[in-house]
Amino acid sequence: MRANDDLFDIIVVGSGVVGSAMARRFTLEGARVLVIEKSSDTLDGASKANSAILHTGFDASPSGSQEQVCIAEGYAEYLQIRARLNLPLLECGALLLAWNQQEADRLEQILRDAHRNGVSSARLISRKQVLDREPQIGAAVVAAIEVPGEFVVDPWSAPYAYLLQAIENGARLERSCELLGGSFDGDSWRLETGKGQFRGRQVINCAGLFGDHIDQLLIGQSSFEIRPRKGQFVVFDKSAASLTRSILLPVPTETTKGIVVCPTIFGNLLVGPTAEEQPSRERADTDSGALAELIKRGRAILPALEYHGVTATYAGIRPATEHKDYQIKWEHQQNYCCVGGIRSTGLSAALGIAAQVFREFSAAGARHQPVEDPLWPQVPGIAETVQRGWQQADNGGIVCHCELVTRREIENALQGRIAPGSLAELKRRTRVTMGRCQGFYCSAELSELTNGFFEQALGEKF
Amino acid sequence: MQQQACQVAIIGAGPAGLACAIRLRQLGVEEVLLIEREAAAGGVPRHCGHSPFGMREFHRLLSGPAYARRLVQQAIDLGVRLLLTTTVVKLAEGGRMILSTPAGEQPLQAEKVVICTGNRETPRSARLVSGTRPMGIMTTGALQSMVYLKQRRPFRHPVIVGTELVSFSALLTCRHAGIKPVAMVDSSSRVTAFPLAAMLPRVLRVPLLLNSSIKSIDGRQQVEAVEIEDHSGQVSTFPCDGVIFSGHFVAESSLIRPSHLLLDRRSGGPLVDQFGRCSDPDYFACGNLLHPVDTAGWCWSEGRRLAVFVHADLHGGLPVTEHLLEIDTASADIRYFTPQRIAIPQRVSDFGPLAEASPGLQLRFNDAGRGELKLRADDVVVASRHLRARAETRQLLQLPLAKLFQCQALSLDLTRRTAE
Repeated sequence: MRANDDLFDIIVVGSGVVGSAMARRFTLEGARVLVIEKSSDTLDGASKANSAILHTGFDASPSGSQEQVCIAEGYAEYLQIRARLNLPLLECGALLLAWNQQEADRLEQILRDAHRNGVSSARLISRKQVLDREPQIGAAVVAAIEVPGEFVVDPWSAPYAYLLQAIENGARLERSCELLGGSFDGDSWRLETGKGQFRGRQVINCAGLFGDHIDQLLIGQSSFEIRPRKGQFVVFDKSAASLTRSILLPVPTETTKGIVVCPTIFGNLLVGPTAEEQPSRERADTDSGALAELIKRGRAILPALEYHGVTATYAGIRPATEHKDYQIKWEHQQNYCCVGGIRSTGLSAALGIAAQVFREFSAAGARHQPVEDPLWPQVPGIAETVQRGWQQADNGGIVCHCELVTRREIENALQGRIAPGSLAELKRRTRVTMGRCQGFYCSAELSELTNGFFEQALGEKF
Repeated sequence: MQQQACQVAIIGAGPAGLACAIRLRQLGVEEVLLIEREAAAGGVPRHCGHSPFGMREFHRLLSGPAYARRLVQQAIDLGVRLLLTTTVVKLAEGGRMILSTPAGEQPLQAEKVVICTGNRETPRSARLVSGTRPMGIMTTGALQSMVYLKQRRPFRHPVIVGTELVSFSALLTCRHAGIKPVAMVDSSSRVTAFPLAAMLPRVLRVPLLLNSSIKSIDGRQQVEAVEIEDHSGQVSTFPCDGVIFSGHFVAESSLIRPSHLLLDRRSGGPLVDQFGRCSDPDYFACGNLLHPVDTAGWCWSEGRRLAVFVHADLHGGLPVTEHLLEIDTASADIRYFTPQRIAIPQRVSDFGPLAEASPGLQLRFNDAGRGELKLRADDVVVASRHLRARAETRQLLQLPLAKLFQCQALSLDLTRRTAE
């Protein structure tokens, strides 16, 4: 095993959205940060599949929970920094729809919670107001709460931008670097990984679906057990996006926020997720029955969906636990922090979680000099809300026709700072093959363009 | 951005678009611009490295690429302006378009626009197939372009889903690349393409599993196995390293859906009249966009015929679109028909020889079956045909235009006898 004598201030385990935000925060505050990721790509776990909503936290309960506080702070920071990182925002707002009197009766309480959570712009609206605003919504709707601050973001460019800013300001990322064990000598950690030994003063566990395993591995115990919860989604064709300008939420139940219909930042319409407990932390199968059920649910909410095709289906796994709230736990004696159980709201809360963790860390006495005049890398604009590559000169021509992804965008991603190690990651960076034809036209071109870049090539030469 | 202008812009340089461009030049239209998003013209045949192509057009047996080269050469020789690696991203009223070129965004204005964007196969996602999402799952089109254009082999032992004509094209493509399919699967009780096609898997020693359907896909990085359910409900696991989803063609109408042009929900293509005119009379459409899916030769002849209408229209020779009769149907057996509307001229003589050149109604059915197909004008049967329809086979019904002159309503129905 290769010895590595560098001593990092912080070692972040995991490069999902939480680990990426964590690396960014600590780097900007002046710490020397190492991020280790067991997969060959970042965002390969829970962060790769979600509904891409930037939540206000209006429905987080109870008020003052770790989740609610982190969402509120994360939401505010995203809005504050997004333009400097070139991160998009679809300011669509949400309607929480009641479909019967029983559900309508619960709206008052939900509204009170929203106001208690600081989301003062939330308000009750009548059936007529709902239909005036969104005429395609099913006629059975009874009433709604309007939450103007619920927005849609790009779920992949955001964490990429956080990690990129960390790296450009001095952090280091090691991928294909699985954590195998570690020990704390009273002053610093020595971590054994698939890429050798790394030393760091503080370890922050952002391992998502494996958070409890990393706890067990490093400190011998965990305050929670990951209970993987699968969510399946159906993505409708771009033509369906004209059916609603708003995120359409159901009245939540005790266990789930329920099935959402929402526009995506890429100009599609999303229906999902399901909420299915399962043992596997890695297998995210789709299931034709569940997908058909989602489509049925989508059509009940927006009847005209019947005339629009399905572009893609996918499933993701959320790291739920036996607890309702996030599990952010400190072992100050061992310079260890676990950020666990960050379930479906992680994308909204990540920046807030990182800020909270940093505050607690510095309260414990650690001192760093914040980076003066940090670099602000601009991530490529791949959302429909910004100018796209195809609209610019010298773009090399379009390769993926459904999503209008150009040759130049693909080349830049492949040669970029955190170069994709697989087609899956290249998709997240550029949208390539994610459109309605799912690679009918561009697969061949891509197999040539990516030749030599990926461990698993797209076809062998014959 | 420099504004370009032309007389006729054709979107899509496949057989329909090329044929239309060639004929327009032969008819003396000065500026014919043929816009193609790929780096070479030719369309699907260019990706299809096997025979038979060209019988109708050149009276000889050609491979897809050779056929495409001939058509393209003919277009170039006749002075058709080819605009390659150029994608039309937006259509607006009056023939105004936005293009994406390697040099960036560009507007284009044409007097008349012909849309020939063709069709595409339904991928795994839209079929809602269960399982994981590893590498090695693709449509025939993707496989063909990988094999014939890039000499790459994405798998060695795939399962082919479907028995349409294109499914056998997938078989031939596999053979060319040294790929040995482990099975060909279809949920129907017989081969969807012509019956003799069933010989091909036998010759290539690929098991043909009818009455069977794919239940789920398994594999982490690459496909490792699929589960197939047979007619008795028994599920078996087939180890394989890929899945080819072939056929289930749908109209490539993504340009039309967000535009001002009206869409026909049955065919998925634009609403057209007997001249191939869309709801905005400056736009025309032809080829597989209107009727997924027909052969290259059929699309070629349609492109040639459409050119005559477009040429006439440039000189004011088509009846105005103010009086349009929509054809209606209540039949659930009819998957789609085209044209969906008839433009009725001021005088019966104005139907003229032009309109009589129309091939009539083209239809497809949801399932195989037999019955009597009838077109009624104000409850009077004006055209009828006994037919034995296979699900994916094109059916034609004549359009006796002169009889439609003063009618108020047109309807189409199929009286089924027995389901086969």
